[in-house]
Amino acid sequence: MALLEVNGIHTYYGAIHALKGISVSVDEGEIVTLIGANGAGKSTTINTICGILHPAQGEIYLEGEAIHELPAHEIVMRGVSQAPEGRRVFGRLTVTENLEMGAYARSDNNGIRRDMERVFTLFPRLEERSKQVAGTLSGGEQQMLSMGRALMASPRLLLLDEPSMGLAPILVEAIFDTIREINARGTTVLLVEQNALMAFSVANRGYVLQTGEIQLADTAEALRQNDEVRKLYLGEA
Amino acid sequence: MRERLQNLDPLSVVLWLLRAAILGAVLWGTVATILNNPYSAENWLDFLVFGVAQGSLYALIALGYTLVYGVLFMINFAHGEFFMSGIFTATVFVAIPLSETAFWDSHPVLSLLVVALVAMATSVGIAVLTERVAYRPLRHAPRLVPLITAIGASFFWQYFFRGLYGSGITAFPPVEMLKGSLIVGGLEILWTQVVVIVASVLLLIGLYIFVMRTKTGKAMRAVAEDKQVAALMGIDVDRVIVITFATGAALAGAAGLLYALLFRQVHFFMGFFPGIKAFTAAVLGGIGSVPGAALGGLFLGMFESIGPSLFLEGLGIPAAYQLKDVIAFTMLVLVLIVRPQGILGERLAEKKA
Ligand SMILES: Nc1ncnc2c1ncn2[C@@H]1O[C@H](COP(=O)(O)OP(=O)(O)OP(=O)(O)O)[C@@H](O)[C@H]1O
Ligand SMILES: [Mg+2]
Repeated sequence: MALLEVNGIHTYYGAIHALKGISVSVDEGEIVTLIGANGAGKSTTINTICGILHPAQGEIYLEGEAIHELPAHEIVMRGVSQAPEGRRVFGRLTVTENLEMGAYARSDNNGIRRDMERVFTLFPRLEERSKQVAGTLSGGEQQMLSMGRALMASPRLLLLDEPSMGLAPILVEAIFDTIREINARGTTVLLVEQNALMAFSVANRGYVLQTGEIQLADTAEALRQNDEVRKLYLGEA
Repeated sequence: MRERLQNLDPLSVVLWLLRAAILGAVLWGTVATILNNPYSAENWLDFLVFGVAQGSLYALIALGYTLVYGVLFMINFAHGEFFMSGIFTATVFVAIPLSETAFWDSHPVLSLLVVALVAMATSVGIAVLTERVAYRPLRHAPRLVPLITAIGASFFWQYFFRGLYGSGITAFPPVEMLKGSLIVGGLEILWTQVVVIVASVLLLIGLYIFVMRTKTGKAMRAVAEDKQVAALMGIDVDRVIVITFATGAALAGAAGLLYALLFRQVHFFMGFFPGIKAFTAAVLGGIGSVPGAALGGLFLGMFESIGPSLFLEGLGIPAAYQLKDVIAFTMLVLVLIVRPQGILGERLAEKKA
């Protein structure tokens, strides 16, 4: 059984039909990537998985249990967390408080402390700034905090929405290394990216979204070789 | 510079002249008062102490406005009624019956604690009910809609409690223990004022610790910043909003008892002016800021109490004390001209709806 099974979901913003029957499945231990142009529906897809949006049609199963009618805060408790597009750290809370909020749904204080140390090992910069208010961090540091905060939920499935957005190339490399490391320690990852090349380099499989529909679904390797993908998303001739 | 002068339209020239005139009058009045010296130092200290006591009440009520505004960007005009409902109910059902027994005088602290608990619980109940029934369904409506609803809720509760307990003024039973005054260094402070100030300070500190240190307090601040992401953290946003209303209402309930101790009376309309003044205090301090509400309340109370004598008597205005509201609101306008975000407020430019 797949860890996550998204089955033909349709999601609307008022009258705007943003997702027109999206199906995605993610197995335990995988890194799966969603790529697509601006406005294709990538963020809408993961926000529907997280319960911020609810599908008008279709179902979402986490380990076989339907979650598409649950409110967002209950989905977190079932082991799905997200580092949203644009980081969206709590700017007036300190780094530590942001991480504590990531663990809000948990009550195992020892586990929380252990995970906080783990986040600090993953991102030593955050430990140096732990007492600093998050709004004063650099863009790269905020991205680390956003990912660290999502990890604090101790998720089985981590959703990352464009973690490389606006970062210098060297930092992009570092973020992707971290994604590999997080995955190697047993967290399944669903990764939304504009940077298709980097995304294919870490992912096992990928989906290509176009205007609310799945255009292609294949292994990352096959997608990288695909002519259309190369032309449209990798900028190759 | 020249360009700016040329762009100055007649209206803003008039406005600046007006402001200068107000400032001039205030300065003139102050100097004249000081030269005339109609009051002794003791009088001024009395004014000050009364101002601090009154200001602490404003601060406690202002916190309710600021907490709710911080989380929902909504001005809860019914907050004054949360304040009134608690102490009115506690007076009718607890304080008055209890004062007819010997228990009231033999156990005054315990009696007042019970009154406080009932007042706070009632205020919280009314607040939670109002949020659930009147505000929550309108959470995503344009901002003007909940504002109008809050004004409606305010009227509703006023007339509801008038119907329930009558429209007369109900005396709050006197507390034997709090008669007389404390004398420190020649300064005489009424015991009721001591209680009001000490209780307010303790409650303010308690609230600050709650908001800054506890998990729920941090969640409140997270919800205030970004509800969607807060939900992604596993925070039940609706629950946190209810807790925010309840916290503000609990403080208002406590403030109700302090008001009753200070002024010895309760009535269905008692929430109106303190409500408006506390709202003014919250704006003055910077709405959304907890220390701002405390500071704004204190400033307002002291200005109201010292201002009329200091600024106006020197100008030869009779019965200046009756003009304290004019002072209060003039000060609000003056502060907002200089600092639109209030004393401790952040600029609201980037704040989302
Ligand atoms: N809050 C909203 N209200 C109305 N329409 C929206 C809203 N958010 C997204 N949309 C629309 O839904 C569609 C999908 O948007 P979505 O944000 O999912 O795209 P995306 O693939 O994440 O794009 P990007 O790469 O730019 O982040 C777009 O046409 C967008 O205009
Ligand atoms: Mg997006």
